[in-house]
Amino acid sequence: MLQKMYDWVDERLDITPMWRDIADHEVPEHVNPAHHFSAFVYCFGGLTFFITVIQILSGMFLTMYYVPDIINAYESVHYLQNEVAFGVIVRGMHHWGASLVIVMMFLHTLRVFFQGAYKKPRELNWVVGVLIFGVMLGLGFTGYLLPWDMKALFATKVGLEIAQTVPVIGPAMKALLAGDAHIIGAQTLTRFFAIHVFFLPGALLGLMGAHFIMIRKQGISGPL
Amino acid sequence: MHRGKGMKFVGDSRIPAERKPNIPKDYSEYPGKTEAFWPNFLLKEWMVGSVFLIGYLILTVVHESPLERKADPTDASYIPLPDWYFLFLYQLLKYKYAAGDYTLIGTVVMPGLAFGALLLAPWLDRGPERRPKKRPVATSLMLLALISIIFLTWESVVNHDWEKAEEQGKPVEVEIDKQAEGYKVYQEQTCIGCHGNNLQGGSGPSLIGTGLAPEEIAKIAKEGVGSMPADQFKGSDEQLKQLSEFIANLEKK
Repeated sequence: MLQKMYDWVDERLDITPMWRDIADHEVPEHVNPAHHFSAFVYCFGGLTFFITVIQILSGMFLTMYYVPDIINAYESVHYLQNEVAFGVIVRGMHHWGASLVIVMMFLHTLRVFFQGAYKKPRELNWVVGVLIFGVMLGLGFTGYLLPWDMKALFATKVGLEIAQTVPVIGPAMKALLAGDAHIIGAQTLTRFFAIHVFFLPGALLGLMGAHFIMIRKQGISGPL
Repeated sequence: MHRGKGMKFVGDSRIPAERKPNIPKDYSEYPGKTEAFWPNFLLKEWMVGSVFLIGYLILTVVHESPLERKADPTDASYIPLPDWYFLFLYQLLKYKYAAGDYTLIGTVVMPGLAFGALLLAPWLDRGPERRPKKRPVATSLMLLALISIIFLTWESVVNHDWEKAEEQGKPVEVEIDKQAEGYKVYQEQTCIGCHGNNLQGGSGPSLIGTGLAPEEIAKIAKEGVGSMPADQFKGSDEQLKQLSEFIANLEKK
C-alpha cells in the first residue's frame, strides 16, 4: 500500500532522487560518539539545529498569545506565564532555548575552529556559519525586548545607544531599528517584533539551508 | 543519464518516464570509514538528542523564565543589564580606553576586528595544517579571545549588584485589603464569582486599576456592561458607594 502510494507520487514527481539527496547519505565513523566517546564534540552543531527547531515551534505557540504593542505586550506575556495552560513551559523553553542555542553554537564554532575544519575546501561554509552566529545574536537582542518589562526596555536602550556610536551610519541604524531617532517606544516594539519573527528567522532559514547543502556536498571534515 | 533523442516523459511533463531504482548510493570508496545516516546513524544519534532534551526540560521546569515589572521609561534609577551573552561587550565599555573619548574602540574597533577576523579566518590562516598545535598563531589568538570573553563576563557578573537588580525589577503586587467594608460587599454581592477573590479576574475582567471613577463603577454594577448582565448588584446604595470606591481606589502599582 505504502509502496504503491510512493510509486504513484514518484511517477508524477520523480521524488526518488530528492529522497536520496535528503535522507540517504553517509556519516563518517569518527563523528559518532557510539564509536569514540570524544566524538561528542561533533554533536554541538546538530544540537544547535535541534534547539533552533524547538525555538521555532515554541515561538509559533507564543505568538498565539503575544500582542506586540506597548499597552498589551506585558499583560499578554504575564497572562501567558500565569494563566495559560503550559504557558509557563512554552515560554520557559523559548527563554532557556535562547541561551542554550548560543552556548551550543559557540561550542560548535570552537570545535570547527580548533580542528581547522574551515580550511580548503570549506571556507564558504565557515563564512555562512559566522553569519548564522550574527543572526542568532540579533534574534537574542530583538527577542529580549518583546516581554516589555524593565530589563527588556533598559537593555534595549543601552544596546541602541551603543549602535548609535558607530560613525556615519550609527544614528541612521538606530532610527531604523527603533523607529525614531530618540524615542524607544511603540514603534521600537513593533519593529523588534517584525525583525524577531519575520526578518531574522527568514535570514536564518536561508543561511541554515546553505550551511546544510554545503555540508552534504562536501561531507564532514575528516579526523585530525 | 540518457541524453538527446529518444527520451520519454510522463505525459507532457518534464518527469522522465524511466523509473530509477531506489537503491542506496555506494559509499565504499569515500575516504575513511562511513555508515549510512538512515537508519544506522540516526538510531544512535537520537539518544544524544533525548538526553539533551531531558536536561533542557529540567532546566525549564526548575527555573521559571523571569518577568520583571512592566516597562516604565520614566524610571531613570533602573540599572540596565543586557542578557548574559552580551555581558562581555558591555563590560568592555567600562574600561578607560574603551569608554568616554575612546568609546569607539570599545563599541566598533574591538568587536569589529574580532568579528571580522572570525569571518575571514579561512583566509587569515591559510596553511594546510589542521592540528591546533601546528598553527600556533590561530590557536593562541582564539584562546586569547576565549579567555578575554570569559574574564569580561566574569568581571561583569561579580561587579553587578544582583540583589539590587532583583529588587528594582520586582513586580509590584497589589495588596487587597480583605477586611475593608468594600471587599465585604464585593464578597456578599457575588462579584467574587466572576472577578476572583483577589479581583484578579476570572470569567470577568480584573478590577485592579480599571481607571474608572466610582460613579462609573456603580453604574456598571447596576446596569452591567458587555457580557456582564444588569442588576448584578442587589445591595443598598450605601453598600454600592462602598464597593465602587473600594474598586476605584485599587491602583495598579
